[in-house]
Amino acid sequence: MNEPVIHVSGIRKAYGPVVAVDDVSFEVRRGEIFGLVGPNGAGKTTTMECLEGLRSPDRGHVSVLGLDPYRAGTALKVKIGVQLQEAQLQKRLKVGEAVRFWASIYPSTVDPEALLDQLGLREKRNAWFMTLSGGQKQRLFIALALINDPEVVFLDELTTGLDPQARRAIWELVRGIRERGKTVVLTTHLMEEAERLCDRVAIIEHGRLIDMDTPRGLVARHCPERMVVVATADASARERFLVLPGVDSVDADGASMTIRGRNPGLVTDVIQCVSRHGITVTDFHTTLPTLEDVFLRLTGHSIRD
Amino acid sequence: MKGLWQLTWLEIKIFAREPLGLFGTIAIPVVVFVVLGRLMRGAAATPASPEAMFLKTGLPVLAAILMSISAVVSLVTIIAIYREGGILKRLRATPLHPATILTAHVLVKLLFTALTLALLLAAGRRFYAPDSAGTLLRFAAALLFSTAGVLSIGFLIASLVPTARFAQPLAGFIFYPMMALSGLFFPIALLPPWLRVASRVMPMTYAVSLLQGVWRGDPLSFHVWDIAAIAVFGALFAALASRFFKWE
Repeated sequence: MNEPVIHVSGIRKAYGPVVAVDDVSFEVRRGEIFGLVGPNGAGKTTTMECLEGLRSPDRGHVSVLGLDPYRAGTALKVKIGVQLQEAQLQKRLKVGEAVRFWASIYPSTVDPEALLDQLGLREKRNAWFMTLSGGQKQRLFIALALINDPEVVFLDELTTGLDPQARRAIWELVRGIRERGKTVVLTTHLMEEAERLCDRVAIIEHGRLIDMDTPRGLVARHCPERMVVVATADASARERFLVLPGVDSVDADGASMTIRGRNPGLVTDVIQCVSRHGITVTDFHTTLPTLEDVFLRLTGHSIRD
Repeated sequence: MKGLWQLTWLEIKIFAREPLGLFGTIAIPVVVFVVLGRLMRGAAATPASPEAMFLKTGLPVLAAILMSISAVVSLVTIIAIYREGGILKRLRATPLHPATILTAHVLVKLLFTALTLALLLAAGRRFYAPDSAGTLLRFAAALLFSTAGVLSIGFLIASLVPTARFAQPLAGFIFYPMMALSGLFFPIALLPPWLRVASRVMPMTYAVSLLQGVWRGDPLSFHVWDIAAIAVFGALFAALASRFFKWE
């Protein structure tokens, strides 16, 4: 396991009477994609901005690459890359000018032209920022976050407002960042994004960190139940499924039976049972719990509410 | 101050790409100047007439002050827009020093003020001839110095405006009374005593006195107090602005 590059212990941040972040602690290891996940207003961005050195926590301690982000100033800023939530650039700034300017203010950088190529912005080099689509703007912000070849990259609500296709393209780019050995910290309120992209996630709500693990680990701990739906006209099937190990219930709805259980081998057991008894099946599918279900289980409400 | 020249150059290009902003900053003072000059040319043919006096001494100073104010209003608006759009915050997340980000805007405003002044003097050379090239240079220096002084008020206003929409009205609300009381339109001695006091605590008053004097041909040493007052006000407002400036 790689060594941690970010330590956060017991940070708290309040804006007047509103406590945005309350006693949050976690570590991020080198080379992983770490997600802060939760609904809008949960305190993800405030936590992130404490790591980026844009805010100082009221209490607690933050260290990024061994430095205190708020006090280190330039010493840390040259080693990290930042993409801010809902950020804009000057409307009439050209894409090429933006990356060249960014390249000019860091002591060491990657080749700006090559970066534009990698992010598919070559044709847009002379386009004004205001003329770019949402996906192009986000790709430009990723370019700016990567221009100094940073060790840690912070991405705040990277795909909000993008269509599914642009979103998938951005996910590929983020995986590419990890493959180059960088550490990525991102925030998202999209459970699907967290599940598909993050190595580990911390679930945040009302400023508190509720739980933290790999997406798979969270699902296994909080939502161990499996569900298999079998469509069959065979009336004897229900009794046969009910006696399988770890099965909690079998609900028949017309020709379709929903089998619920906690046994990790449930799907295999059902398949073997069907095969052993020669049950004729016209449809078969499984539903596995997702992070969305974990969030619902932990908070009692859906993340969209 | 690493990145200052690059950022200044970038902001110059961006500003020049906005046709309306460019027109408002550069063209309007020049157009006002030329139109007024033409309207009064007939009457001003008589050397001692009020029109002749106004053309020779009043108009250049009026135009200069207008340029100064337009620079401040433009600065306040740009800072407000940049803050609202998260541009300031994004720049602050880079290794740029915060002062560099703001200084670039001051330099852009001063550059465009200098450019406008040059155009103005070229357009107005038929109506008057300044005493000497020295006067011209001193006048340009005095204008840039005064503008830099009042731009610090711009940063303070920019710290107070909640959104870009309020930037222009608020800047106008502050600067037009300041201009009215500055001695530009009527002598300060004619004001009631309490307004005279108000006039004395506004940097614009000293800028007007400096510009009028220099245009008449005074050496800068005659206006040490005006220069000192502008510097003190500038430093005071810059200090207040750096205390209250909001990046987001």
